[in-house]
Amino acid sequence: MMSYALFLGCTIPARQPNYELSARKALTKLGIELVDLANMTCCCPPPVQSIDFETSLAVAAYNICLAEEADLDLVTLCSGCFESLAMANAMIKKDDQLKARINRILSKAGREFLGSKEVKHYLQVLMDDVGLGRLKESVSKPLNKLKVAAFYGCHALRPSNLLKLDDPERPRVLEDLIEALGAESVEYRNKLKCCGGLLRGYSDELALELAREKVANTAKAGADCIVTLCPFCFVALDIGQLQIRSKFNEFYNMPIIHYSELLSLALGVDPKELALETHKVKVDKVISKSL
Amino acid sequence: MKDGEAFSDIVTSRLGGETMTLCYQCGTCASSCPVAKITPRFNPREVIKLSLLGEKDEVVSGEAIWLCCSCYNCQERCPQKVEIADLMYALRNIAFREGYIPNIYSEFASAISSDGRIVKVSAFIEKKRSTLGLPPLQPTGVDAVRKILSATGFNKLQKREGA
Repeated sequence: MMSYALFLGCTIPARQPNYELSARKALTKLGIELVDLANMTCCCPPPVQSIDFETSLAVAAYNICLAEEADLDLVTLCSGCFESLAMANAMIKKDDQLKARINRILSKAGREFLGSKEVKHYLQVLMDDVGLGRLKESVSKPLNKLKVAAFYGCHALRPSNLLKLDDPERPRVLEDLIEALGAESVEYRNKLKCCGGLLRGYSDELALELAREKVANTAKAGADCIVTLCPFCFVALDIGQLQIRSKFNEFYNMPIIHYSELLSLALGVDPKELALETHKVKVDKVISKSL
Repeated sequence: MKDGEAFSDIVTSRLGGETMTLCYQCGTCASSCPVAKITPRFNPREVIKLSLLGEKDEVVSGEAIWLCCSCYNCQERCPQKVEIADLMYALRNIAFREGYIPNIYSEFASAISSDGRIVKVSAFIEKKRSTLGLPPLQPTGVDAVRKILSATGFNKLQKREGA
């Protein structure tokens, strides 16, 4: 059995029990053990990098230190956490001067970054440790009736030189993982464009315009739902649709589903166990097509 | 920040800002930018141009640097390998030091210092975990975070009056 330290971050435990539940259930079913370590903190994503990049790298490195001490690689569910931690890990590993600078800061908190562990998005764990073949064999309820719009968001893929998850301009991993569940992955316009999530709170108006384009394009392509990999993208597109309705008077009713939720349904987890009522846009349509 | 020091030197000496002077203003960033497509208020090429020209006040006191959505499209495509998204962080870091701090960012800064998290987990949600079948949340390493913030000077960053 493969074991990983689970990095939960902030948004998932604060707002999205549906994401955490589905990820824990699906990964455990697939033989991945998730270990909850004490004393993890915020990963320090772009909003904190914007305040002080050095502090963000140091706090990210501190969290990696905890995984190093437990002798475990880290797995994240949130693409924001993935980007912050994997970027810091790669930057500090390849630059001795930066490593010395960060370790001077970490010494105040009694830690030392060694660079001995990996940070993975759970998509990478599914690809590397489970594999498409075993994933297909594990599906008990194939999602043959479902048309899915894959949405990578930004921080699972970019900056690609540091994250190395897939080709940033022509990724395939998410479509492959969707098709492994029996669902159809539909193409839509501007698939790789940002959801606007990080502009929320500073310029809601621009954030909503980007989210609206995403939802409109997937609706036009005939998708039953949009699959996300990140709690920020989820908020931007799910709660975002309520705001799009009041601001633009446009009603899409497009369910937003985390990949782990889709995976749980395909693995035969009872939808009642997944806290799906957390979704603002109801997912009944997706559940009825997956039964 | 020392008087008379060229703005481009200040930027390139900061984490994230190192590659700025490689820019030759081709505009690949602007044509890859999802925000620039929907508003004239943000254009990454313009922000870099103003920074290279030393227009520090216009750059750090303006809203443009805060309108980057951190999607990294520009950074992926820049033919000169300018780390444009990271450069926006460097410019925001300088703005922060000058006291130009948007409200939402001062909320993030105080949340990190007080809770070690940018989004607080409410007591209600924490209690609900067991009924949903989720394991209890582990304690947050807030003491370690505070030590790091004090070592980097993060906890001294403050908003300028009226900014």
